Amino acid sequence: MGRSYNTIAFDAAKCDGCGDCMTACATAKTGSEDQTRSRIQIVGSADDGFELALCRQCGDPKCVTVCPAAALTKSTESGVIEWDAAKCVDCLLCTIGCAYASIALDAGTGHVAKCDTCDGAPACVPACPHDALTYITTARIYNEVGDWEDLFAPGLAGCQGCNTELLMRHTLRRVGPDTVLATPPGCVPGMGSVGFNGTTGTKIPVFHPLLTNTAAMLAGIKRQYKRVGREVNALAIAGDGGASDVGFQSLSGAAERNEQILFMVVDNEGYMNTGMQRSSCTPYGAWTSTTPIGKGSDGMPAQGKTQDAKNLPLIMVNHRCEYVATASTAYMEDLYDKLDKAIEASKVGFAYLHVYSPCTTGWRFPTDQNIEVARKAVETNFVMLWEYTPGAGLQFTRPVDDPLPVTEYLKAMGRFRHLSPDQISHIQGKVVENLAFVKQMVHQARA
Amino acid sequence: MEHTKYLVVGSSHAALEAVTAIRMHDAEGSLTLLTRDPYLPYSPTVLPYVVSGRSAATGIFLRDEKFFVDNRVQLKRGTELKALHAERNSAELADGSEIAYEKLLLATGAAPAIPPIPGIDQVSYHVLRTLDDAKKLHAAIKQSKQAVVLGAGLVGMHAAENLVKAGANVTIVEMAKQLTDGYFDQVAAQMIEKAFTDNGARILTGSRVVKLAPSAIGSALTLENGTTLEADLLLVATGIKPNMDYLDQAGSAVEHDQGILVSDTMQTSVANVWAAGDCAQAKGFFTEAKVMNAILPDATEQGRIAGMAMAGDPGLKHYPGGVPLNTYHFFGRHAISVGSSKLADGAEVLTRFDDASGRYLKAIFKDGRLLGIFGVNEFFDGGVMCQLILRRVDLSAVKERFVANPLAVGRELMSQLWR
Repeated sequence: MGRSYNTIAFDAAKCDGCGDCMTACATAKTGSEDQTRSRIQIVGSADDGFELALCRQCGDPKCVTVCPAAALTKSTESGVIEWDAAKCVDCLLCTIGCAYASIALDAGTGHVAKCDTCDGAPACVPACPHDALTYITTARIYNEVGDWEDLFAPGLAGCQGCNTELLMRHTLRRVGPDTVLATPPGCVPGMGSVGFNGTTGTKIPVFHPLLTNTAAMLAGIKRQYKRVGREVNALAIAGDGGASDVGFQSLSGAAERNEQILFMVVDNEGYMNTGMQRSSCTPYGAWTSTTPIGKGSDGMPAQGKTQDAKNLPLIMVNHRCEYVATASTAYMEDLYDKLDKAIEASKVGFAYLHVYSPCTTGWRFPTDQNIEVARKAVETNFVMLWEYTPGAGLQFTRPVDDPLPVTEYLKAMGRFRHLSPDQISHIQGKVVENLAFVKQMVHQARA
Repeated sequence: MEHTKYLVVGSSHAALEAVTAIRMHDAEGSLTLLTRDPYLPYSPTVLPYVVSGRSAATGIFLRDEKFFVDNRVQLKRGTELKALHAERNSAELADGSEIAYEKLLLATGAAPAIPPIPGIDQVSYHVLRTLDDAKKLHAAIKQSKQAVVLGAGLVGMHAAENLVKAGANVTIVEMAKQLTDGYFDQVAAQMIEKAFTDNGARILTGSRVVKLAPSAIGSALTLENGTTLEADLLLVATGIKPNMDYLDQAGSAVEHDQGILVSDTMQTSVANVWAAGDCAQAKGFFTEAKVMNAILPDATEQGRIAGMAMAGDPGLKHYPGGVPLNTYHFFGRHAISVGSSKLADGAEVLTRFDDASGRYLKAIFKDGRLLGIFGVNEFFDGGVMCQLILRRVDLSAVKERFVANPLAVGRELMSQLWR
C-alpha cells in the first residue's frame, strides 16, 4: 500500500516576503545567514503574490530519474528525496530535470542542495512570523490506519465524492474486528454496509435496525455479549435523520441508561438517501426536496427551510454522557483523537460522536470539494469542534479565533444559492448566537 | 517458446522509465527486461566518473535486484537481442532462443562510432560506453604518460581531464573547428580550451587523423597536415551510433534512418514495437524533422511515453519534441546548455561576459520566445528554462532583466506561470 508523507505547506496569502524562513534555512544548513544559500526560496513579489521554490518531494520525481549516479532516491519511509553526497558527481543534471527550481547549485559548496525537511523538524516553519509555513503531519494517521485491516467491502454504491466512505473505512479500521455494527436506514446501508445478494458489506457482524430502535437494539446486543462474557465494541453509524428525528427516543433512552455503546452520527443535514428530504438537522434556509424554492402558496414565497437546525450534540451533552464530541473529516487528527476517546468511553458508558459530513449530491457542490466544504464550515464557525466529558465539561478542540464570514461557507454549495440578504444575516446571527452559547458552556466548565 | 506481455530490451534510463510507467498502469502483466550487459542497470553518463575514480564501480547502479523482484520484472542480464521478427511478434536472442511478446520496447542505446581511419584495426584503443570500458580505462589512465584523445565531445573531454589530472601529457584531436561542438558555442569552447591548455593539455582542433599504426609505446598517429603523434593510450571518442543491427538481421520492416524512426508516442513503423532513448530518432522540438537527441533527460522522457503507450495508459501525452540539454563540469567550472544553439532566421542573441569572474551567458530569442540559453560559471535552473522553451513563453517584456539574472527572473516567471 502507498504511504502518506508529512509535508511543508505554504499559504501565500499570509506571506509578506520577509525572508526569515530563508535565513533560518541558511543558518541551519550552511551556518551562514546568506539567503541565497537557503534551500527554501521565496520568489515573486508583493504585487504578483509570493511563491516558493522548495522541493515538493514529488511522488514521481524527475530529478531522481535523470540522475546518472543513483545519488538521489525517494525514501519510502519519509517520502523525502534524499541526496547522497558520496555518490553525487556534481553533474547538475538534476537541476535540468526539476521544473520547480527546487534543487540548485549551492555556490558555497559546489554541490547541489535541496530541502530534506531537516529530518522531520524543518527550521523554516517555526521561523515564519506569519504562520505562512506549516508542517503537516497528518500522514502519520493514514499510514497507521492504512496498515490495519479494511473491514468494509471494496466496492460501494455511494455517490461520487461521498464523505461517508472515508468515515466508514477509517472508523471500522480503528474499532477493529471485535465489533458489532448497527446501521439503520440511511446512506450507510444504502451504499453497502448491509450488503447485496446475501452477503454483508462488512467483515464484521452488521445489522439493519429500524430508524426508531437502533440504540435500543444495539444496547440489547451489547448486554447479551457481556452476559456471555465477550468483550465487543457496540457501534452504531447512523444518519442525522435516524438520530435526531424518529430515532431520538431510543437514542435518548440509551444515553440516559448510560449503555456501553458508541453512537456515531453522520450528519449530512437531511434524508439524503431517500431523495434529500429535510430533517431536524437541516439548517435554516437550505433547499431540500421538501423545503423547496419557488412561488410558494398564500402569498408566502418558498425560500428553503424556515426553521433552524436542532443542535443534537448539545442535547446529548445534557444527557451527561461519558463522552460527547463533534468532528469533521477536514480535521482528521482531531477526528481520530476523538474516535480514540469515544471507543475508550464506550467501555464504561455511552459515547456519542457527531461528525459533520457534507453531501455532494444533496448540498449541490462539485464532487471534488467535499473536504473543502467541510473545512469552510469550521473556518466560519458554522460548525464548531468541541468535546465534552463529565469531568472536564465542554472544551473547544479547534477554536477558530478569526472566523471567515459565513457567506464563504454558504457560497460553496448550491443549496444556499437562493438566499436573500435577510436570510444570510439570519444565518450569520445564528452562528454568532451558537458560538456564544457554546462559549458559555465552556466558561461554565472552567469555573 | 517463452511468452511475455511486455518485453523491454535495454536497461538504462529509457528502459527503466518505461518499466516504471508500465507498472504504474499495469501492475500484473508479465514484464521481461533483457540487457546484454552483465551488470545491474547503470547510466553511460556516470562512466567518466568511474574512470576518474570519483564514483565507485560498485556504487553506480540505478536499481537493485529487489526493484525487479518487487515490480515483478524478469531481469535477464547478459542476454543480447540478435534479430527482431516483428511479423510474428518474436525476439530472437543471441543463443538462438526466442521470446514471444505482445508489446516490445527497443531501448538498446548506442555504441561508440569508430571512424574508418586506415590502420585503426592494427592498433589497440579504448572506448567509453560500458562499465567494463570504464574499468579498463580507469586502470590504463594510471599507467599513461602520453595520451591522445580522438574527439572533443563530452566523453572525450571528461576523459582528457582525467588523464591530465593523472599526470599524462594529453593531446586532444578534434575534426571540428572548436571543442564541444554542438554542445557549447565558440566563446564557451574557448573558455574550456583555455582551462585545458592552462592545465597542460594540447588541443588540435580542425585536425583529422589520416593514419594509425602500431609503435613502440602503443600507437602512432599521422594527421592530415603531416604532424605525427605517439600515444601509450588512445581513446576514440568520436561519437556514437545507435545499436540496431538486430533490425537488419531478419530483414525487419521497422523503419530506420540514423536511428529507429518513432512517432510522437514512440511507436515504430511496425505494430506492437516502440523505441526510446539513444537508439530512437524522434521529432525535434525546434524542427518537425526527426533528429537524434541522445541525451539522458530525453531518454527518460521518451521511455516514460513509450511505457505509457505500451500499457495503454489514458494519461499519455504526446512527445513535445527533443530539446538539447547538457551540463558539463571542467576543472572546477561548470557549463549548462538548454535549448537550441542554432540561429534561426530573425533570432536575437543577447550575451554578457565578465572576464574577471569568467562568467558567460548567452540567450537566443525569436519573437520574444526563448530558444536557448547557455552559461559558463553562471548557474540557472535548467528545468525552469526548459519549461520556458517548451511553453513558448513570451519574454519580450522581461528580456533584459532575464539575461541580467536568469536565476531570479526564471523563478519569478515560474511562480506566476506553473505553480
